[in-house]
Amino acid sequence: MTTLPQKTEKSLGLVIDLDTCVGCHACVISCKEWNTGNYGAPLSDQDAYGDVPMGTFLNRIHTFEVVPENRPAQTVHFPKSCLHCEDAPCVTVCPTGASYKRVEDGIVLVNESDCIGCGLCAWACPYGAREMDAAEGVMKKCTLCVDRIYNENIPQEDRVPSCVRTCPAGARHFGDLSDPTSSIFHLVEERGGIDLMPEQGTKPVNKYLPPRPKDTELDVLGPLLRQESPGGFLGWLDQQLEKL
Amino acid sequence: MTYQPKLDTSPPVSDEIRQTTCYMCACRCGINVHLKDGQVHYIEGNRDHPVNRGVLCAKGSAGIMQHYSPARLRAPLKRVGERGSGEFEEITWEEAFELAKSWLTPVRESAPEKLAFFTGRDQSQSLTSWWAQQFGTPNYAAHGGFCSVNMAAGGIYTLGGAFWEFGSPDWEQAEMFMIFGVAEDHDSNPIKMGLGRLKERGAKVIGVNPVRTGYNAVADEWVGITPGTDGLFILSLIHCLLEAGKVDVPYLARYTNAPVLVGDDGLFVRNSDGKELVWDRVTNAPQPFDAKGVKPSLYGKVQVDGVAARPVFELMAEAYRDPQYAPEAVAEATGIEAGTIRRLAAELAQAAFDKEITLNRPWTDFRGERHETITGRPVAFHAMRGISAHANGFQTCRALHVLQLVLGSVECPGGFRFKPPYPKPVAAHPKPHHKVTPGKPLDGPHLGYPRGPEDLALNPDGTAKRIDKAYTWENPLSAHGMMHMVISNAHAGDPYPIDVLFMYMANMSWNSSMNTRGVMDMLTDKDENGEYVIPKIIYSDAYSSEMVAYADLILPDTTYLERHDCISLLDRPISEADAMADSIRWPVVEPDRDVRGFQSALLELGARMGLPGMVNEDGSAKYADYADYMVNHERRPGVGPLAGFRGEDGTGKGRGAPNPDQIEAYIENGGFWLDHIPEDALYMRPFNVAYQDWAVERGLYDAPQPFLFQIYAEPLAKFRRAAEGHGAHQPPDHLRPLLMKAMHPLPVWYAPDGPTEGYPLHAITQRPAAMYHSWGSQNAWLRQIHGHNPLYVPTAVWEAEGFEEGDWATLTSPHGAITVPVVHQASLNPHTVWTWNAIGKRKGAWALSDGAPEVTKGFLLNHLIHELLPPKGDGLRWSNSDPITGQAAWYDLRVAIKKAPAQTASSPDTGRQTSPVPAAPKHLEVGK
Amino acid sequence: MHPAPSIIAFTALSGLGFGLMVFLGLMPGDKAPWVMGTFCLLALALASLGLMSSLFHLGHPERFIKALSQWRSSWLSREGVLAILTLAVFALYGALWVLTGAQLAPLGWLAALLALGTVYCTAMIYAQMKPVPRWHSPLTPGLFLAFSLAGGALLAGEITPALWAFAVLAALQAAAWRKGDLAFAQSGTTMNTATGLTKGEVRLLEAPHTGPNYLMKEMVFQIGRKHTRILRIAGLTLAAVLPLVAILLFEVKHTLAGLLVLSHVAGLFITRWLFFAEAEHVVGLYYGKR
Ligand SMILES: Nc1nc2c(c(=O)[nH]1)N[C@H]1C(S)=C(S)[C@@H](COP(=O)(O)OP(=O)(O)OC[C@H]3O[C@@H](n4cnc5c(=O)[nH]c(N)nc54)[C@H](O)[C@@H]3O)O[C@H]1N2
Ligand SMILES: Nc1nc2c(c(=O)[nH]1)N[C@H]1C(S)=C(S)[C@@H](COP(=O)(O)OP(=O)(O)OC[C@H]3O[C@@H](n4cnc5c(=O)[nH]c(N)nc54)[C@H](O)[C@@H]3O)O[C@H]1N2
Ligand code: SF4
Ligand code: SF4
Ligand code: SF4
Ligand code: SF4
Ligand code: SF4
Ligand SMILES: [Mo]
Repeated sequence: MTTLPQKTEKSLGLVIDLDTCVGCHACVISCKEWNTGNYGAPLSDQDAYGDVPMGTFLNRIHTFEVVPENRPAQTVHFPKSCLHCEDAPCVTVCPTGASYKRVEDGIVLVNESDCIGCGLCAWACPYGAREMDAAEGVMKKCTLCVDRIYNENIPQEDRVPSCVRTCPAGARHFGDLSDPTSSIFHLVEERGGIDLMPEQGTKPVNKYLPPRPKDTELDVLGPLLRQESPGGFLGWLDQQLEKL
Repeated sequence: MTYQPKLDTSPPVSDEIRQTTCYMCACRCGINVHLKDGQVHYIEGNRDHPVNRGVLCAKGSAGIMQHYSPARLRAPLKRVGERGSGEFEEITWEEAFELAKSWLTPVRESAPEKLAFFTGRDQSQSLTSWWAQQFGTPNYAAHGGFCSVNMAAGGIYTLGGAFWEFGSPDWEQAEMFMIFGVAEDHDSNPIKMGLGRLKERGAKVIGVNPVRTGYNAVADEWVGITPGTDGLFILSLIHCLLEAGKVDVPYLARYTNAPVLVGDDGLFVRNSDGKELVWDRVTNAPQPFDAKGVKPSLYGKVQVDGVAARPVFELMAEAYRDPQYAPEAVAEATGIEAGTIRRLAAELAQAAFDKEITLNRPWTDFRGERHETITGRPVAFHAMRGISAHANGFQTCRALHVLQLVLGSVECPGGFRFKPPYPKPVAAHPKPHHKVTPGKPLDGPHLGYPRGPEDLALNPDGTAKRIDKAYTWENPLSAHGMMHMVISNAHAGDPYPIDVLFMYMANMSWNSSMNTRGVMDMLTDKDENGEYVIPKIIYSDAYSSEMVAYADLILPDTTYLERHDCISLLDRPISEADAMADSIRWPVVEPDRDVRGFQSALLELGARMGLPGMVNEDGSAKYADYADYMVNHERRPGVGPLAGFRGEDGTGKGRGAPNPDQIEAYIENGGFWLDHIPEDALYMRPFNVAYQDWAVERGLYDAPQPFLFQIYAEPLAKFRRAAEGHGAHQPPDHLRPLLMKAMHPLPVWYAPDGPTEGYPLHAITQRPAAMYHSWGSQNAWLRQIHGHNPLYVPTAVWEAEGFEEGDWATLTSPHGAITVPVVHQASLNPHTVWTWNAIGKRKGAWALSDGAPEVTKGFLLNHLIHELLPPKGDGLRWSNSDPITGQAAWYDLRVAIKKAPAQTASSPDTGRQTSPVPAAPKHLEVGK
Repeated sequence: MHPAPSIIAFTALSGLGFGLMVFLGLMPGDKAPWVMGTFCLLALALASLGLMSSLFHLGHPERFIKALSQWRSSWLSREGVLAILTLAVFALYGALWVLTGAQLAPLGWLAALLALGTVYCTAMIYAQMKPVPRWHSPLTPGLFLAFSLAGGALLAGEITPALWAFAVLAALQAAAWRKGDLAFAQSGTTMNTATGLTKGEVRLLEAPHTGPNYLMKEMVFQIGRKHTRILRIAGLTLAAVLPLVAILLFEVKHTLAGLLVLSHVAGLFITRWLFFAEAEHVVGLYYGKR
């Protein structure tokens, strides 16, 4: 593929913890708010107060149910934004070169002034991470907040994506996934982070941490309570009172 | 390789940041409002703020869309059409004030109770209650009575503080966390942050909830309980712990009233100073509970001055060791397997006792005993409306607190800890006040905590003094009033008719009310003379809500970014377990419409009426506006709405003379003030001398208020005794059985009243994290997430009814029927259906189109819930609430479901109101 | 996938136009200049109309020239470049023929090759789409080429090649449907791989927004099974079977040829509509749809 860099200097991305995400949509709105006022064209809303409101969002939360056999069904809140794939098909299909992957950090971006709004990149993305803006006619996608993470007008500790900074549960982590010394890399190792749709061959940079074992998947026997005192309830009570 | 454009990765973010307090909900997070060209550009969390530490929820980030909402009211409105039609004319503020004054002054001079002033989820209750008190009406309350008074009262009567946002689990040290009946809660962000911390630390989270979404989705274990049965489940856990001897006896003996002696009359045995007595094992004699060196006994019948008495612990053990609370006995009702209950009890015990924490922090208790260490029991609990919005909710809340107490996990490391000004025992709270004198203020604050029947708000003939019938035998401990009964009672003229209904920030003709359709009819009903039965209605809202259409005079408020507000320790502060704190809002942008902050308008109205405290001697207004009041009003000398930066030099903490630069100092400090509690005062605070002294210093108390946690609630025993026929204050006979059933001094469980036959399912609502009641739908971003609300149906019912995707169903309750879209959910209690709360909207409201999904597909469950129970044939009106506190029993709703033909809109249709605001824009490009 | 009229028109018309060019380039015969001219104009008109209608699909048609830059990697870019080249070469070939009478056969062959290349590139825009398993198959370019050649032959009046093309087309279309119906299941992409949740059956409980969005409008299109069957039969019959049978049974002359063109084009549009409408994008899994 000629238009993807052979190698990027870093692989910046997100790690999303499905065990912690409470599905609050905070990251969705924070993302919308930051990005409608910053990088590129605004994220417009059609029929905003009407019958079929429909706007552009770069990050959305789905809610799934997992129905195992013989155990209670589980609910999983599932945030999804661009995964900044290493083998990003959205880049290679782009006829204008508007879609590109940055060499320095691996961020997949759209250069909106070159975008003709053909929509092909959105088709090529298996994850549904790109949305064409109906007002501006250009393709919008997660920018990994490229205008925040290096922004010298923002305090150092806030140079993280808007969605990460806002997530109340701390379910979103940001960092360099190619750096084995980074905390985010460790997190992925430790929690067995996974790729979405690995069979699509996109090699996503973003990783998902699967939910931890739940309900009776946990120690099936569990501890049991025993009355230990030979003297029965009152005997036990006396013992306890002696300790006072 | 592709051409890679040069990016400016350091663009300027904004021209200016102004720090204030969010009000997209009542959580009150700190926000940084970025302004660009004088417009609100971006809102983010304030990293230094104690509540949210930088994070922000969906609503908070969507604040910009609320601020620029097309539904904002623009000027005072006077009704010109019929009530409910939404036809108004814009008037000036001068006209509005004079009109209001002309309605209110005669009422005050003749019969102040003919004004009913009720407020919603505002945070200025210390101002509004004071205003109502100065006016002289007994008819004031906020919305707590239908919100979660069970939680508040259950907490105060047991622990001297409640879950709510008045305390918090120790997120940093808890090993196990159990959360009952919470979807969002007021502590929205802190709970999410806390869960994140627990997850990070690997602590176990257990969610007890019929529905598995949100917090319950991330819980490590989900207990899908059947609604209304938590009390049984909790008492069964206590049963298991007692049976196994896994209770914290030293803690119970020292810090709770477990050793306190109870006489045959059910009341505490006291000495001549009124101190509760315990049986001391050292002297083998009765001693006051707080005597130095007592080693109280916890069992055995003793004689004190010829009266037989037994300690609370023995009564409790006897009650809960009873086989009726064995896991096997409660499994069917609760829907939880007996084995699960036993295992959970064991896990609780394991966490509390095997993972005990010991902190080497010497402290001295109120008995004067010094302790070298503090013992922590790292099990924490939290609960909210899933427990409290039932008619047995007060007792269930108490049961949960008792569970915490037997585990020894309140106010200790790893457990549940209060936030100043809590803990605060009943004794430190006022009693209810209701003495009316025309032309004069009320005799004291309206709301308080009754100690016994003598504190009820009753006339000598037994009729209610208050329009909502709070503090009557029907709901004796209605500590937050009963706003949900006001319209119904005023319409029925029971206990008496009123003249002016004045409301603030509560959508009472819609989602805030039970029986929505009925309430709409009551508000528009006319008497034989063609006059409205409720003659005059004044309402303050900031937006074009459903309620606006039902008022005669509208006082339009600003948005939260355009006004001063005060998040005060006198009200619901933003303190942390480790620090006391309060905060302000200030106009970070000026309104571009003819609107005024309601509090300023209220003070002006008060001044025009010459209300005491609001005028100077010469009759001129005492406060220029709310900001002036925030700085200069003093409740007690040196104690005012804001605790920070007091005194002439601005260094006063909690106490000090008014400081003219106080608001500037708050703004300078990021919009809040925070004062850390000293190290030695951080735990065991009801008993900790260091804390008590610090609290007095800071003006939280005027004298130390040490107390014992109340496993046994004596006030309830007093009501019970009255129901048995003792004492001067006697209930009407028809209420005696109900009082006997509900008013147990030790927590009990009883099934909520009301028909269940033919209504096999429970129907409940949940708050969506990304919506705030009705006011989120005007928000172009949030409404895309929750534009309509299906009814979620469990698998068994889904299959039995043969539902398929896209189906509709008719839901019937004893009170009515609605037809709504259905969706299948597997992770749901098999006897429960639910929907998101307050998404449905009335046509014409909120500047939405007539075909908006909120209007067509959205619906309110409220149509099925009546404020009264179905008639029992005794001719009496039985309210659908907890018989102890009057808490509205929203979640006792029972329904039947049936497949319906496909619909184009949900029913009922409540008609259309004319919009008082111009049509909304079609498309948006925010930030362009 | 949303069957956008602009894209259906684009692929169908340009396919016909380029197909016609192939036959005018390879077997021009000895047409009179005005006859050749008419044919050439028809081919050019169909191809350009198709290409123009594709512009309607763009958010910024005025920037279309930028779309030619990425021919090294993008099939759409290649298609654009080739289409322009084809049009230019073919126009030159036709113009020389008509205006000067110079019948430069090699130029015709080049035009034909380019036209085939263009159709192949168009097809590859879809065939490369791994997230759309039904398209992601060598049958897609095969089918597009067969359509183009069959339509081109018919339009050019080259009955024998048309006969073969229709036969191949019918076979390929049938194969594409057969294989396509299994493609999603065989792609290996499921709710489980999409979410990484493996401990049970995964179903959507709540979509991210109650309202629609671009992705759903663009990539999640649902038609009933019954509809599909009828449309498939009609499409295949009109596009290939009817012309094939007619050619075998009758001598194809003016009126019949005209009718067959109509039949084929109608069938082409129906099957092309189905090509999009039936194609399921894996993103649908995130919306509980296939
Ligand atoms: N079925 C069902 N019904 C319920 C509940 C439930 O769980 N299920 N919950 C109940 C509970 S706990 C509550 S608290 C109520 C809440 O119900 P409400 O208190 O009615 O809440 P909102 O719908 O948010 O309406 C408050 C009103 O305040 C207005 N408002 C917003 N901001 C401002 C402002 O800055 N100034 C002024 N003056 N007005 C403003 C809004 O426009 C709106 O009209 O609903 C109750 N109803
Ligand atoms: N985002 C957002 N936040 C809000 C609000 C909002 O509208 N939106 N409203 C605010 C207000 S006014 C309030 S009062 C608080 C309320 O905060 P919550 O108490 O969290 O509010 P509810 O949505 O009523 O949640 C009740 C929960 O209890 C469950 N439940 C119902 N019945 C039972 C039962 O019998 N047992 C158990 N164990 N669970 C049960 C329901 O499934 C639901 O999850 O939230 C506040 N915070
Ligand atoms: S903000 Fe965090 S917890 Fe909330 S939906 Fe997004 S990732 Fe999940
Ligand atoms: S997630 Fe989609 S848009 Fe993002 S890089 Fe991968 S393929 Fe491209
Ligand atoms: S829409 Fe824009 S970014 Fe996407 S492929 Fe087309 S030109 Fe490239
Ligand atoms: S990184 Fe930035 S652009 Fe991407 S989802 Fe998060 S907030 Fe949105
Ligand atoms: S929880 Fe959300 S809406 Fe509520 S105050 Fe905090 S940021 Fe604002
Ligand atoms: Mo509430």
